[in-house]
Amino acid sequence: MARVVITGAGTINPLGHDVAQTLSSMREGRCGIGPLTIRDADRLRVTIAGQVANWVAEDHFAAKDLGVYDRATQFALFAAAQAVAQSGLAFEGALAEQTGVILGNSGGGLTTIDDNYRAVYQDGKDRVHPFVVPRLMNSAAPSQISMTYGLMGPSFTVSSACASSNHAMGLAFHMVRSGMAPVMLTGGTEAMLCFGGLKAWEGLRVMASDACRPFSANRTGMVQGEGAGIFVFEDFDHARARGAGILAEVMGFSMSSDAHNIVMPSREGGARVMQRALADAQVAPDAIGYVNAHGTGTIANDRTECAALSDVFGAALERLPVSSTKSMHGHLIGGTGAVELLACMMALREGVIAPTIGFEKPDPYCALDVVPNVAREARVDLAMSNAFAFGGLNAALILRRI
Amino acid sequence: MNDIENAVIAILAEQAMQDPATITMTTKIEAVGLDSLDMVEAIFAIEERFGISIPFSSTEGGGVDLTSVGSIVAAVKGLMAQELA
Repeated sequence: MARVVITGAGTINPLGHDVAQTLSSMREGRCGIGPLTIRDADRLRVTIAGQVANWVAEDHFAAKDLGVYDRATQFALFAAAQAVAQSGLAFEGALAEQTGVILGNSGGGLTTIDDNYRAVYQDGKDRVHPFVVPRLMNSAAPSQISMTYGLMGPSFTVSSACASSNHAMGLAFHMVRSGMAPVMLTGGTEAMLCFGGLKAWEGLRVMASDACRPFSANRTGMVQGEGAGIFVFEDFDHARARGAGILAEVMGFSMSSDAHNIVMPSREGGARVMQRALADAQVAPDAIGYVNAHGTGTIANDRTECAALSDVFGAALERLPVSSTKSMHGHLIGGTGAVELLACMMALREGVIAPTIGFEKPDPYCALDVVPNVAREARVDLAMSNAFAFGGLNAALILRRI
Repeated sequence: MNDIENAVIAILAEQAMQDPATITMTTKIEAVGLDSLDMVEAIFAIEERFGISIPFSSTEGGGVDLTSVGSIVAAVKGLMAQELA
């Protein structure tokens, strides 16, 4: 089996419009969550979100293309450009024929759907833009990336709610590891911050009123974010042969299903996916130096995840930093694992562990070192990223410093 | 018992798949057999029935006492009075 490394990374999210800005925000513990500013926000109980600030799509894309680019596709293309540029790859010949794009996404073009339903139902219009369908489809982002770079390998969207991008990156990892493709673009994108999208989330009664405070006893729930994270996964020998800069090695991946409940997580399912990821990476639990938790800031997630971590890491959990960067960027749903992987890469490459901000009061059911409020320096050789989705669909990745 | 009390009991009983006759004003929500998800659905049904908005979050509560059938009825009455005011 081939070794798999990451040779490019790009992002746009509430913490920044590129990787450097994002990591700088994570180091400073800066919060990207603020007052929600969307149409009809006054009819929502949700008042805060992790919105991408200062995004002017017209500055980055031609007007004729924007007709088919939903906000989620715009984010994905913008982040992909950074990742491809960093990798230094030129997609030509056999490489272009073999390389594909696998992205996680949950809401598809939800803002496009929202806008156009409003036009026909509320405003009584009888006509919508001709490209609503190719714009809203769940697979639009990988399709547009494949066309932009001429990538003719396997491209599709993985949709497993909050685990989508971890599942996507895991599949890309498997494809490169198995020798099916020397390079894959992967990650996730999400842009669901629209009236209809948030009205649906509001119904679940899980949305925070003040901030996202994972593992804090005074937490009030989750906060939704938006954005994308895109990576270039590459066969190690392929990368080395061309002298590419290597950001990290992908060591292991696992996925599991709780077979339990459509919204409530399971301790056993969470523990199972972490144990299998460790087995896949062939590393012992106490070798992991940082866990980027799923850490949504709901009681159900936080306490279940903590119990699962305890089952997997045992006594070593006392010395294991576990943070949730959702406290800073919010929950990017189908794109969240991709942005959170950046925190793992920062821990490995820069020896800085991103904090869990907004932490005010320990929850006795979450006895974790959550790296409260302030980033911490530490040497980390291996990092794990958890994603536990509604439906009980779990996916965990392990990265290694290289 | 008045109409509000009967309607709240009917909604909670249906959600919990219980006989309404087993539920009284003093019954605690856990005793009705409602978990946090059941409560989210039951509160939605009560809001729809009475045209009110109950501040309730599955993570932080929400400032109103919803721990017993009687306290839910009291909350509904209070919120309906606010709607009329």
